Amino acid sequence: MSNGNMNLTLKVWRQKNAQTAGKFVSYKAENISPDMSFLEMLDVVNESLTHKGDEPINFDHDCREGICGMCSLYINGHPHGPKRGVTTCQLHMRTFHDGETITIEPWRAEAFPIVKDLAVDRSAFDRIQQAGGYVSVNTGGVPDGNAIPIPKVIADEAFNSATCIGCGACVAACKNASAMLFVSAKITQLGLLPQGQPERYRRVQSMVAQMDEEGFGNCTNTGACEAECPKEIKLTNIARMNNDYFSAKLFRQEEIHEQNH
Amino acid sequence: MSEFKQTFNSSLGKKLIMALTGLFLCTFLIVHVGGNLLLFNNDNGFSFNVYANFLTHFPPIEVIAYLLYLSILVHALYGLILTVKNRKARPVGYAVATKSDASWSSKNMGLLGSILFLFIVIHMGDFWYRYHNDKNMGFKEYRTDLATGVTTVADYTPANAEFSHSVATENNVEIVRVKDLHTRVATSFSNIIYVLFYVIAMGAVAFHLLHGFQSAFRTLGWVHRKYTPIVYFIGTWLFAVIIPLAFAAMPVYYYYLSTQGAH
Amino acid sequence: MTLDAKIPQGPLAEKWSKHKFDLKLVNPANKRKYDIIVVGTGLAGASAAATLGELGYNVKAYCFQDSPRRAHSIAAQGGINAAKNYQNDGDSVFRLFYDTIKGGDYRAREANVYRLAEVSVNIIDQCVAQGVPFAREYGGLLDNRSFGGSQVSRTFYARGQTGQQLLLGAYSALNRQIHAGKVKMYTRHEMLDVVTIDGHAKGIVTRNMLTGAIDTHAAHAVLLCTGGYSNVFYLSTNAIGSNVTAAWRAHKRGALFANPCYTQIHPTCIPVTGDHQSKLTLMSESLRNDGRVWAPKTAAIAEQLRKGTLKADQVKEDDRDYFLERKYPAFGNLVPRDVASRNAKEMVEEGKGVGGSGFAVFLDFADAIKRLGEETVAAKYGNLFDMYYQITNENPYKQPMRIYPAVHYTMGGLWVDYNLSTTIPGLYALGECNFSDHGANRLGASALMQGLSDGYFVIPYTLGDYLAKIGPKKVDTSHPAFEQTKQDVIAHVNKLLALKGNKTVNEYHRELGHIIWEYCGMARTDAGLRKAKGLIQALKADFWKNAIVTGENEEVNASLERAGRVADFIELGELMIDDALMRKESCGGHFRVESQTADGEALRDDENFAFVAAWEFKGENQPEELHKEPLTFEAVHLSQRNYA
Ligand SMILES: Cc1cc2nc3c(=O)[nH]c(=O)nc-3n(C[C@H](O)[C@H](O)[C@H](O)COP(=O)(O)OP(=O)(O)OC[C@H]3O[C@@H](n4cnc5c(N)ncnc54)[C@H](O)[C@@H]3O)c2cc1C
Ligand code: HEM
Ligand code: SF4
Ligand code: FES
Repeated sequence: MSNGNMNLTLKVWRQKNAQTAGKFVSYKAENISPDMSFLEMLDVVNESLTHKGDEPINFDHDCREGICGMCSLYINGHPHGPKRGVTTCQLHMRTFHDGETITIEPWRAEAFPIVKDLAVDRSAFDRIQQAGGYVSVNTGGVPDGNAIPIPKVIADEAFNSATCIGCGACVAACKNASAMLFVSAKITQLGLLPQGQPERYRRVQSMVAQMDEEGFGNCTNTGACEAECPKEIKLTNIARMNNDYFSAKLFRQEEIHEQNH
Repeated sequence: MSEFKQTFNSSLGKKLIMALTGLFLCTFLIVHVGGNLLLFNNDNGFSFNVYANFLTHFPPIEVIAYLLYLSILVHALYGLILTVKNRKARPVGYAVATKSDASWSSKNMGLLGSILFLFIVIHMGDFWYRYHNDKNMGFKEYRTDLATGVTTVADYTPANAEFSHSVATENNVEIVRVKDLHTRVATSFSNIIYVLFYVIAMGAVAFHLLHGFQSAFRTLGWVHRKYTPIVYFIGTWLFAVIIPLAFAAMPVYYYYLSTQGAH
Repeated sequence: MTLDAKIPQGPLAEKWSKHKFDLKLVNPANKRKYDIIVVGTGLAGASAAATLGELGYNVKAYCFQDSPRRAHSIAAQGGINAAKNYQNDGDSVFRLFYDTIKGGDYRAREANVYRLAEVSVNIIDQCVAQGVPFAREYGGLLDNRSFGGSQVSRTFYARGQTGQQLLLGAYSALNRQIHAGKVKMYTRHEMLDVVTIDGHAKGIVTRNMLTGAIDTHAAHAVLLCTGGYSNVFYLSTNAIGSNVTAAWRAHKRGALFANPCYTQIHPTCIPVTGDHQSKLTLMSESLRNDGRVWAPKTAAIAEQLRKGTLKADQVKEDDRDYFLERKYPAFGNLVPRDVASRNAKEMVEEGKGVGGSGFAVFLDFADAIKRLGEETVAAKYGNLFDMYYQITNENPYKQPMRIYPAVHYTMGGLWVDYNLSTTIPGLYALGECNFSDHGANRLGASALMQGLSDGYFVIPYTLGDYLAKIGPKKVDTSHPAFEQTKQDVIAHVNKLLALKGNKTVNEYHRELGHIIWEYCGMARTDAGLRKAKGLIQALKADFWKNAIVTGENEEVNASLERAGRVADFIELGELMIDDALMRKESCGGHFRVESQTADGEALRDDENFAFVAAWEFKGENQPEELHKEPLTFEAVHLSQRNYA
């Protein structure tokens, strides 16, 4: 079925589930076309494994166009592979050369336990968002969309932060497995917009508290996250989060409780 | 109070402590390097010894000094805590080491910090501890003829063990008697091993601060399109180049003098 | 069975307000006594689950991805319509209603569409309040762009990632309710069946995709918000996991399936490069605002372009045929999707296709770049251009894009009445999963609008009416119907796991896709459809003999998941063919070659086909029974669509 001329060796992490130990297994990926995406290359390998009655390699994916954040893979030392600003599903085989050996590992972090093979559990991210990544408005009864003008630069900047796809590459890239780029992106988005102001200081505390609880490491401003983030979320977000957090904790008068019940 | 406790126990709180202590150490470095430049005064250690004496006997400075020691300890301790915690956040490492774009120093702050800590212990043991506790450390007497401005120097042996320093003017001659740290410096820096250790440590300072200075500002949340480039500039040129070079030049200079056999 | 759409009486513009008043309410203290199941957390599901939680119901929400934020709605690019008339260009609720009805080629229900247009304005307000960063003008007010099938600027957008931003807004509202304990979220759970008791939906059966556990869940009502079925074509712009399983299993339990053959082929997608291709990527319709679609005037020039001896930018102006502008001067490049797609197909059939495979036409931005400058073009479409570059390795700032139609959306879906209730009481369908608002063709930027309208503003009212009527008596899984349905699911799973043949599920899926695309794609004929029916039946028989499903149930098993979905797609495929065969007219996305005007446009037959075709499942391998819901039009006058 494949119609290319690249032949590659894959070293793939295989692990049945979180409880069992895993190991690297080598596979040949043959007749790969440079126009294939990385995941399509894995599809080819999986098809041949299936034909042999072997279990295909398990990896997370869905949209295959770089927006759902479901795909992952740590490829040759880079989350989402060596190309900047793309997800694994958008990485094309033309980035690699014939005969290359490619090592594929799952995201590694205490807070991201392995589900199977290359798929990990990123529900920690959801829990952080649940802790406060929202504006507390019910459906209905909100003002007109144009009631509060928002300067274009602010809206654009908020948008830039809002483009985070929650993939976890920042955690995977960070030597400390820190989730601060992800967390700060949401805090920044809502912190910039007028709609997010009422809960700005509450939100940052709740989200940071949850982040700490999940067991992510601590930012040392190394910047690997920014370099690997497929959406090019800026490190500046983390500074903004810090600023809001310290304001909330040290300088704000009002009693601000974390949003726990 | 518990709110503060909670704050400083949080990940961001710990970083805040790192950053504040780190920046405090940076300000100290400026003062320290400024003072130590007196070592380059070719005056038989007169100005340097007086300066050392001033630092140890001026009460506000003494308070700041203790703050400084505390900072170093806290900074090192939190550096350790954070480094351990960060290791724990990735119990299983990667088979292929990360190739992500990030500066070497930023990835090795723990290592650089440890070198610095070792250095600080030795350095303080050598100069600070002896200065305060070494009964064998000599004294010098500087006599300056106020009319001509010419200074002469001689060893001085205090009459009692409690003596620390004195300043007096007799017959238009100013007589200053102080502990002679300068000779101690000169002796130490005639040892090549010692000099090398200092130079390496200053390399560590350079790299630690190349990342650390600007990182502290980020940690504090002080990032600004207009001002952050200035912070980078200062972090790079002042803290990672000028200051470490100036510090490193001292042992090298004294070693050079010692090989010339005269000072 | 007679289909009662429950359309409220009274003038069109007053139906919804009147209906809201007539609907029974559940008193606030009683709401917490009701459990609601929401399957799917895309725009429709997340907005419904969040809103119902806010109202006080106990909600259980399910999705098959690892997080609700990854639902396929995240991929929508272009924008969302709303009749705000912020641009003062003559928009109104009525105009949006009218455009949608006309765009749908008069095969949608007037009352539903009017309501959609009516609540569209609230959606924008809601999203802004949630912190959705819509594009803005320098003055700080919301910006709009125009989309196909309309002559006003009413589309709100967030660069090329509108779906993402809207979904993250709904996801945040959902998160808030999860945090408040009003919604319990089950991720990596696939719904495999509906449980009915005395004809009412009372729960679902799911498979935990991590452990394989097959569980039952009970509730007073079940909302299906599980998206569309474009993946029946194998290659589509949908996410790999998008599937029809939830809707199909509900169909087999008695929910009628409406207009399955109404599928939308989007004109501007990146062309296929080879057999390995696993999905197609859409280039948002918004690109047609500034891009000009053309093909070479002659097959000879096209041949040179295909061979690579001539570059697109070297083709002389005189040798270019801007075929949409030529044929439809009023709408130009912004004709509706079905029209644009069919025209591209025609060009290819005339030998004027470009690109390596010949299956492509150009979408050219040279003029726009000249007029607006590269920077402005980049600000508007930068991420789309990047995406194009990533995939094709060609720079669209320098060379025109190559585009070709691809399956993108399914107007068909579970039949629902005005209250969004399927024919199983207590079972509702929202979003792309239902058939309700787009007729035979959906206008750009209106799916997002519909999903959010259903979830935020319609279901919270209409569901209450049903709940008030059935009362808050507790439902739990102790009723034997739950165990029975669970055993059915286990049997189905085991049957799949027993398949140890010689052909992968993916191969079957690809084959199915080829059949449907070929015979039930952009143009359909009686003979072709009959042939396709035979092919699909053979494929189905072969699948249940020779497919390979690896692994076991009690683990993460993508092979099993895939097999279940493809098995359902095959069955759906057959129904699509039946539906397309039955509908001898052309309308919207359904183009029957036998029914066209002299100049090749779709020719409707309002006399015989102004109805919704709703199909009833009659048992395995039995022909389905057709029920017709007649469509009557009071507010608009049926006319042949004309975009010239
Ligand atoms: C590439 C692309 C671009 C688009 N651009 C636009 C646009 O610009 N404007 C516009 O208006 N429309 C656009 N659309 C259409 C629009 O995005 C969709 O119609 C809409 O988002 C569908 O939303 P939904 O909530 O109905 O379903 P989805 O978002 O598809 O959500 C389905 C949900 O159901 C869950 N699910 C499915 N099956 C099961 C199961 N068996 N068990 C459990 N859970 C299940 C999934 O996990 C998911 O949460 C676009 C579509 C595509 C493909
Ligand atoms: C005692 C020995 C030292 C150790 C063990 C040490 C360790 C560390 C470590 C591990 C970090 C990284 C933390 C982070 O980036 O968040 C750090 C940061 C820093 N260090 Fe040190 N360090 C030491 C000495 C010094 C000295 C002497 C100075 C200044 C003169 C200094 C200034 C800083 C600064 C400014 C930071 C940045 C803080 C931040 O990133 O927020 N350190 N140190
Ligand atoms: S910040 Fe970037 S790398 Fe991290 S989750 Fe978001 S998109 Fe992924
Ligand atoms: S599969 Fe959706 S981002 Fe890669």
